[in-house]
Amino acid sequence: MKRIYVHEEYCIGCRLCEIHCLVQHSRSKKILKAFKEEFPRAVSRVLVEEHGYLSFALQCRHCEEAPCLEACITGAMYRDKRTDAVLCNEKKCVGCWMCIMVCPFGVIKRDLESNKVASKCDLCLGEEMPVCVQNCPNEALTFEERTET
Amino acid sequence: MNYTIIGNSAAAVGAVEAIRRYDRKGEIVVVSREPYSVYSRPLISHLLAGHIQENRIFYREKDFYKRNRIQTFLRREVKAIQAKSHLLLLDDGERLGFEKLLIATGGCPIIPPVKGINRRGVFTFTTWDDAKEIRRYVRKKPVESAVVIGGGLIGLKAMEALMALGLRITVIELMDRILSATFDKKASEMIERQLKAKGANLITENTVEEILGSHNGIEEVLLKDGRRLKCQMVIFGIGVVPNIGLLKDTPIRSNKGIRVNIHMETNISSIYAAGDVVEIPDILLDTVRPIAIWPNAYRQGWIAGCNMAGTPRRYEGSFAMNSIEICGIPTISVGMAEAPENGFEIIQELDSKSGTYKKIILKDGVIVGAIFIGEIDRAGIYTGLIREKIDVSGVKDILLREDFGFISLPREYRKHLVRGEGVFL
Amino acid sequence: MAYALYPSEFRIERDQDRCIACQVCVRQCANDGHIYDSEDDFVSSDESRCVGCHRCGTLCPTGAITIRENPMHFKTNANWTARALRDIYKQAETGGVLLTGMGCDRSYPIYFDRILLNASQVTNPSIDPLREPMELRTFLGSKPDRIELDPSGKGIRLSTNLAPQLVLETPILFSAMSYGSISYNACWALARAAKVEGTFYNTGEGGLHRDFYPYGENTIVQVASGRFGVHADYLDVAAAIEIKIGQGAKPGIGGHLPGEKVSEQISQTRMIPVGTDALSPAPHHDIYSIEDLRQLIFALKEATRYSKPVGVKIAAVHNVAPIASGIVRAGADMVAIDGLRGGTGAAPITIRDNVGIPIELAIAAVDSRLREEGIRHRASIIAAGGFRNSADVTKAIALGADAVYIGTAALVAMGCHLCQKCYTGKCNWGIATQDPYLTKRLNPKIAERRLGNLLRGWSLEIKEMLGGMGINAIESLRGNREHLRGVGLTEAELKILGIKSAGEAW
Repeated sequence: MKRIYVHEEYCIGCRLCEIHCLVQHSRSKKILKAFKEEFPRAVSRVLVEEHGYLSFALQCRHCEEAPCLEACITGAMYRDKRTDAVLCNEKKCVGCWMCIMVCPFGVIKRDLESNKVASKCDLCLGEEMPVCVQNCPNEALTFEERTET
Repeated sequence: MNYTIIGNSAAAVGAVEAIRRYDRKGEIVVVSREPYSVYSRPLISHLLAGHIQENRIFYREKDFYKRNRIQTFLRREVKAIQAKSHLLLLDDGERLGFEKLLIATGGCPIIPPVKGINRRGVFTFTTWDDAKEIRRYVRKKPVESAVVIGGGLIGLKAMEALMALGLRITVIELMDRILSATFDKKASEMIERQLKAKGANLITENTVEEILGSHNGIEEVLLKDGRRLKCQMVIFGIGVVPNIGLLKDTPIRSNKGIRVNIHMETNISSIYAAGDVVEIPDILLDTVRPIAIWPNAYRQGWIAGCNMAGTPRRYEGSFAMNSIEICGIPTISVGMAEAPENGFEIIQELDSKSGTYKKIILKDGVIVGAIFIGEIDRAGIYTGLIREKIDVSGVKDILLREDFGFISLPREYRKHLVRGEGVFL
Repeated sequence: MAYALYPSEFRIERDQDRCIACQVCVRQCANDGHIYDSEDDFVSSDESRCVGCHRCGTLCPTGAITIRENPMHFKTNANWTARALRDIYKQAETGGVLLTGMGCDRSYPIYFDRILLNASQVTNPSIDPLREPMELRTFLGSKPDRIELDPSGKGIRLSTNLAPQLVLETPILFSAMSYGSISYNACWALARAAKVEGTFYNTGEGGLHRDFYPYGENTIVQVASGRFGVHADYLDVAAAIEIKIGQGAKPGIGGHLPGEKVSEQISQTRMIPVGTDALSPAPHHDIYSIEDLRQLIFALKEATRYSKPVGVKIAAVHNVAPIASGIVRAGADMVAIDGLRGGTGAAPITIRDNVGIPIELAIAAVDSRLREEGIRHRASIIAAGGFRNSADVTKAIALGADAVYIGTAALVAMGCHLCQKCYTGKCNWGIATQDPYLTKRLNPKIAERRLGNLLRGWSLEIKEMLGGMGINAIESLRGNREHLRGVGLTEAELKILGIKSAGEAW
């Protein structure tokens, strides 16, 4: 299955990935509207960590044995059959935050402004290439299939 | 191959999904004394409060049993397990044979010896039916005030739900503070303050001696210190203990909970156990004890299921962890809440204005406990650091900073996790 | 502190309707030209810091930023241009030598833009490069006076000993750009692209980083006046050696790497202390005559057992023709000539803009002189200095060069916007900097891809132009002035270039 991989040596900390993720998950999917007219603003599911001159973007790893999936008390976390991504059914989520407690990457966010449900990367719901990968100006994010040993 | 599971909650689902992953053909039988398809037990407080409708409480889709070809025996109780002959004796006399058995009977509510517990109006709070009955009773009676015995997670969740229904609630807690098993003094104090501001009555270092009333129902309770409290309903929310009554006449070994090996198998081969009913290695306290939380139950069920279906997997143990929102304040507590003795280092940050509290407990440079009140973003990172026993002495001063993350940790830890290699709870 | 007496060079125009305050510009400007006000959720700009590198405008996700030349005009004055005034204001403030980066930007005549190529029409038909084989392969090195063949034995064998040659698949090489003036990632991209495309890159005077030794077969190492990084392994691993006497951007003076750009890695590669300015002296202090140069050339040849070509690089100055002649007679296998437009990481503006001559005139003069003296074959001529496209390359070869060095063009391919602030070490594109925060911006994989694309694109275009002229090998174009015509040139210029005026037939 294709996953997003990070190359921290090329991340320039511009955060364009965060911007485009936000737009992709906004109502209008248009950058000007998403930022200027939509309230509450959509939430970016990718987060850029920065420390000195090091930086990289981190989002849900869609783990093969996902702790969030196992910890979810409502069954809102589920695996998409097509992309093998771990997705959150926002209608079922009650905001108990067990997923936030167990995710070792800390990539699940509380979406407080709108629904109070867990927000995380959804691989852009099966688009050919997630928008963060598409828009990284330095190819620090790649979308590829790797067979791990 | 026949797989039989006693129980129909998280551990059972974990086992079913694991078995079906490796064995599409084997027969799966689920026996449960509850009448419902698998539902999310932690959501019963939401149900009681009226925050969710009944259709939202189910843990899996409606066709879960059909899709996985599971034969269910609902509203049936297992009276005895004949370990040697691989038979289950049900309450109506029926016998079920099994090849591989999983005991996932969960926990039963702790009910201390209090006089008057047989009165109408006394409830426990662990099942959907409990929530239903309480709701009915509250409306019918009507109930104006109630006493909740137990100031732990279950007790407080019951309290919140009942307050949402408009009742006046008093919580009676044995220890010197609420949530003593989950939080430290500071965190408990913060929550207590919020609860009191909402009108809850909290009484600590006390117990209920007797429940008094008439044929109409409960009128008051008598506390250890002699005080009397008027109320029309009493909820026992002390906690659960592993439901091992079933093992009485069997050779299956248990202590506080059913004892299992690293493959979730009991001392009797082909008989496995998982969930709130077992005791497992606590990798922080270095003991073996039941750690009854939903994520553990699912995981143990999964591991048991893998082993039952012939794919050997190991369960490495767990540690205490809880995430609940009380009075709208998100809280997360993992590992130890208090440092037991010297030799532990504590890093904490308290911001009274915003009402946030963060605390990390370290031993020999390794995190063994973390508490987050009000600000829980990325708390899971610490859970991962606890589990992997990573030495964080080099980054102690930035541990609680907002921008603390993988970038602050050694690169090897990053590569291992960011590549998505196997991550376990 | 005294206020700057002059308005800023650039104006940052931000379309507030498009600006979403995402702060990408704030993060990406190494000169802190944009500021975010968190109270008002608003981004504003400080023009005085803008160098016109366009990093912000290029990355802005909504295209909200435009960089314009500051429209604030000085009273029109043909003599006292805005630039002349600004230079005086700056110098009055700092009292130092005004530095700059990249090549001469003044409007001296660009002869490439006044030289035109030929094409076949009826006789000698064109060749289609997509259908017929087209030879761009170039050999750089000393060619023998005569060839002797030995017909005895099986087949015919060459009995003359050939001097070592560099084999290029295309007549374009990457010019000397030192590790120090440009970043590690930039050097890496150049090395890899050179290897993949079958050409060479030049280390410049910064020595060779150990990590790049695997690319030694495609590396020309420089021995410059400061002798930075010159040791036995350095000479052994290379494919060729180049003694740098001068460079087009600053003829007559030595190289300069400001201390800010001397990091730990640079210090190790150049063999100098961290943070010190790396100043190369103007002359090599062991070369004070042509005989000294000959001595050094042969010392290097001896040290490398005559296994690789040893060339000499000079700046194009007034007497470039006799100088080149002397260099060839001194035993150099290649002569690299760097013209007026050559680039640099740091040079005084006055020298860069006023010293040297255009490469077009230099190549023509050198090629003619060497042919007259009958020694043209003894060394290959490599031309350098502001080649912008494949047409410039083709014209240079027709004027007499064997191959062409590209420096500025390679950097532009990697992302350079010619803001000319290389000497500050704050290159926003991650090219002319050692700041680890900035060097990440140049992904060597992307840069390598771009350089390869440039070389391949230009090579194809050269083939097209050759085919158009009815030629199928670059050899046939070399020094073939008949394929060039001048337009708008004076008699003297036509004479030096050795070409006819457009309109004149054979």
